[in-house]
Amino acid sequence: MSARRIVFTSGKGGVGKTTTTANVGAALAKSGKRVVLVDADIGLRNLDLVLGVEKRIVFDLVEVVEGRCQLRQALIKDKRLENLSILPAAQTRDKTAISEAQMAGVMEQLSALCDYVLIDCPAGIEHGFRNALAGASEAIVVTTPEVSAIRDADRVIGKLHERGMPVRLIINRIRPEMVRSGDMLAVDDVTEILAAELLGIVPDDEEVIDTTNKGEPVALVPDSRLAAIYAKIARRLEGELVPFTVLSAPSFLERLFRKAG
Amino acid sequence: MINEVVQDEVPATGTVRRPRGRAIVVTSGKGGVGKTTTTANIGTALAVLGNTVVMVDADVGLRNLDIVLGLEARVRHHVLDVLEGKSTIEDALVSDKRVPKLRLLAAAQTREKDDVDTAAFRDLIGSLRDRFDFVLIDCPAGIEKGFVNAIAGADEAIVVCTPEVSAVRDADRVVGLLGDDRTVQLIVNRLRPALVRKGKMLSVEDVNDILHLPLLGVIAEAPDVIVSTNRGQPVALDPASEVGEAYRTIARRITGQDTAAPEIPREKTLFGKLFGGRS
Amino acid sequence: MIEFFNRLFGREPSSRTAKERLKLVLLSDHLSLAPDVVEALKHDLLEVISRYVEVDAANVDVSFEQREKQIAMLANIPILGMQKRPSPPPASTNGSSKRRKAAANGQAVPRRRRRKRQPLPPAPQPQLVQSLAQPT
Repeated sequence: MSARRIVFTSGKGGVGKTTTTANVGAALAKSGKRVVLVDADIGLRNLDLVLGVEKRIVFDLVEVVEGRCQLRQALIKDKRLENLSILPAAQTRDKTAISEAQMAGVMEQLSALCDYVLIDCPAGIEHGFRNALAGASEAIVVTTPEVSAIRDADRVIGKLHERGMPVRLIINRIRPEMVRSGDMLAVDDVTEILAAELLGIVPDDEEVIDTTNKGEPVALVPDSRLAAIYAKIARRLEGELVPFTVLSAPSFLERLFRKAG
Repeated sequence: MINEVVQDEVPATGTVRRPRGRAIVVTSGKGGVGKTTTTANIGTALAVLGNTVVMVDADVGLRNLDIVLGLEARVRHHVLDVLEGKSTIEDALVSDKRVPKLRLLAAAQTREKDDVDTAAFRDLIGSLRDRFDFVLIDCPAGIEKGFVNAIAGADEAIVVCTPEVSAVRDADRVVGLLGDDRTVQLIVNRLRPALVRKGKMLSVEDVNDILHLPLLGVIAEAPDVIVSTNRGQPVALDPASEVGEAYRTIARRITGQDTAAPEIPREKTLFGKLFGGRS
Repeated sequence: MIEFFNRLFGREPSSRTAKERLKLVLLSDHLSLAPDVVEALKHDLLEVISRYVEVDAANVDVSFEQREKQIAMLANIPILGMQKRPSPPPASTNGSSKRRKAAANGQAVPRRRRRKRQPLPPAPQPQLVQSLAQPT
């Protein structure tokens, strides 16, 4: 049984690709799927940090490709979820260290070992991006509701369409109060402009900063509203029709006394 | 094309040669920390102070400096057109009606960073330094060819970093690659003082304990940056914006007019939230 | 707070400005990323124009320019002269005009035959098009 291979990409950096890859992966693993997360950001790896496994890295993707270790030796099993493993990127190399064909080969090998291979793509549309795509058969584009991010997402969607890759969209870091006051583009604005199928809407939440600091994916925090949203995204990926969470804007008083900085 | 421009600028005998402009690259490693916003606003603030400024977008293929400045409709030619001789520098420079001393040299949208020859780009920055007081280069995310090109020709660098683990890690990598022969300073962006107080966010001190850089400025997280990008109006032009004020202060520090140590933004009080700036 | 007063006095919300700007800039990006579409457009344009005037096809230039609130297509088409007799457009769905033109050209008028109603071709996209035909 071959795994689904999904690349998480965006064009623009900093919109939450790594956070999204980690959390969707965690949510899928929590629901019983076997998941391998691949960090394709060679030279600037961060997936390990977000998941708190940075101290356990022995081998990395480049070493697998170069045959200096077995694939299984490089996979790091997550201590919280037995179905979740991570293949880290190399930190001291650059994106030209592996070719698209090599990447595709490793992803092929991985897909025999699990149900989902989720690939965290680097920012940009150059070599690293092309490598990340080489191993995937589907794409999830992550964007924020901001002008630069949408422009870059559009470019990336164009490139994905050129390759005939199915694309779905996650809108990240939306702030309902700003949407309501007209200071931020709404979900409908974004889906209209990008003309892509919506997979998830994730609100901006300071919880992400705190959990990343600790190396804990927020999808595993009990009673977290973000965890519930990532769980829904996982279900949608599985083909279930799940209604989108209604994100209410906090009231004026709530904003005043909100524990945000 | 580039040689033509340099020759035009050779002063006649007897005149005083103007001092060469400063070339500063704004970089970070991590994407989305505010490089482009910072380049746009420091550039604007420096120009408002009376300096001639050109901002160069080195993010070939994913240009955004033009749209952040609200100048996207005025771009006719870009850096690659100039490097390939299809346009003069003059024709490629976009002027800003709001800020007369400001110019933009946009990136090519439909090309790739590999298309840019590093040496040619360095020469371009050199000729721009002969014409402008400040050349600000907006660096792309990452540490690949785009980064290598962007830093070529700049002997000063500003590293922008948010108080988050991934950003600090990437900034650290970049500082290593910038080398010892460049002046490097730090801007900490998108700080949330309340989260720092609660121990949920790294402090400026935490960040700089790792990076060990002279601090140029600290900017708090604020929603008016999103609004300003929506409108294409840099916050540095908004007298009511605290972020704008932070950028204006940074500009004065860059020119040496302000020598005080950078202030760390403080948590907003209830009063501040109700009546201060924008909440 | 300030955005509230802006809206009170009729200034449009920044999200709407953002949406409009994005649509324009993406159109511009898409146009520059589709050289084959532009080539086809150029080809079809020349075909139509050549029915009325003789053009210097080798020196035709088609470009797109973004202005404040719109994108315009600029076509610079050097004209060498008028066509002696403007040739008719290709097969139209209107049988009678064809018969009229055939008669005007002195050709035998084909017998009228019942024809199934053809669906109209889709309306062209409302892109803003300006043709600047200039003499060489």
